[in-house]
Amino acid sequence: MSDTVERVLAAHRFLDGMPEGTVELIAGCAQLDSFEPGQRLLAEGEPAGTLFLVHHGRVGIEVHQSEGIITIETVGPGQIVGLSWASPPFRWQFDARALEPVSVVAVDVDRLRTELRRRPDIGVVVLERLASLLVDRLQETRLRVLDLHALGDDRPR
Amino acid sequence: MHGPLTPEPYRVVGRREEVGDVVTLSLEPCTDGASGTYAHGQFNMLTAFGVGEVALSIAGSAGTSGLIEHSVRDVGAVTHALCTVPAGAVVGLRGPFGNGWGIERLPDGPDVVVVAGGIGLAPLRSAVGDLVVREREGRGRVFVVAGARSPDQVLYGDDLDAWRLSGSDVVVTVDVGTPGWEGPVGVVTTVLPDLAFEPGGAWALTCGPEIMMRFVARALVECGVEPARILVSLERNMQCGIGICGHCQLGPLLVCRDGPVVPYGGVADRLLVERGR
Repeated sequence: MSDTVERVLAAHRFLDGMPEGTVELIAGCAQLDSFEPGQRLLAEGEPAGTLFLVHHGRVGIEVHQSEGIITIETVGPGQIVGLSWASPPFRWQFDARALEPVSVVAVDVDRLRTELRRRPDIGVVVLERLASLLVDRLQETRLRVLDLHALGDDRPR
Repeated sequence: MHGPLTPEPYRVVGRREEVGDVVTLSLEPCTDGASGTYAHGQFNMLTAFGVGEVALSIAGSAGTSGLIEHSVRDVGAVTHALCTVPAGAVVGLRGPFGNGWGIERLPDGPDVVVVAGGIGLAPLRSAVGDLVVREREGRGRVFVVAGARSPDQVLYGDDLDAWRLSGSDVVVTVDVGTPGWEGPVGVVTTVLPDLAFEPGGAWALTCGPEIMMRFVARALVECGVEPARILVSLERNMQCGIGICGHCQLGPLLVCRDGPVVPYGGVADRLLVERGR
């Protein structure tokens, strides 16, 4: 049985427990897409207009520097890529590249915004889910800022 | 026969430079009377003569030779002396002390999740070796998550590969993915929801920085693991190793005697938070 946007969304962790009608609403703004290993999903500095819900494969969030490409996070099935559309200046802050064959649901966020304003009951829940995800990423970032691997065993002895 | 406070002489018969500032020493007793048996998760007190003594988790035994292995991170005078001790030299050893992970008491069936941060993999290494055998015998799956700061800091790479080749689910995640690294990037907690383990009845063993263990335990509870089945390995200023000096006290526990392995639920959950205040 081939995947459809609705089927993939219905099984996606991001939409777990969402109110009835959410899958159909988001599916109306979305399409299936796929990327070969090495192919970019998004590029730093370009306008941010898509939310990617990863279905298969892993995506690396990357930043380029003189030493080469540094992967700052990897995102896999059930997770999402691309949040820069949620706040000004609405441009991607990092690159995202497929590390292996990747399939996603690509959501057009302009259309999504319009639909969420039309259905505020769903809009609130989607925004709450996004906020929760941002909090998770903030906590993970805080843990990394702590440089955990330098802790715990650095007591002189 | 000496008392528990007197170190036995052990010869350094092997010295392996691991990643970064970590060295693994293989030790062999110089005398016949010394015991080479230990439980996974126990620790020894190692003496660099003329410098001092330090508590170190047992990182395993080298094959069936009866050698004891300790991985030492160079973070101070004693550990520096141990890291630079040449093969053939003699160090002091007291132990083993404390309890262990108790994996020999695990019933057949439940999955076991092992989460280690950095050198926290050392006290888990020999336990994982047995858990991999347990899995191969169809007695329960093991899932290993090892975190490191960067790819060049991944400890026991050969063991991780061997466990993976043996069929166990092994995930190595790093905080920063340097060029060429295509594995997961993120703290260990980020990969836990993707592990295909059955949380009901599962056991978890974790060792690493206390903050990491706190967040790992919370993430495991969120995944459905019962807090009492999450075991953490605590480290304190262990000096006597037998619970008489009190330096290792943590709340009601004398970690060297009552630990270092304690359940998260009902014990470590409160202690780990309170100690941080």
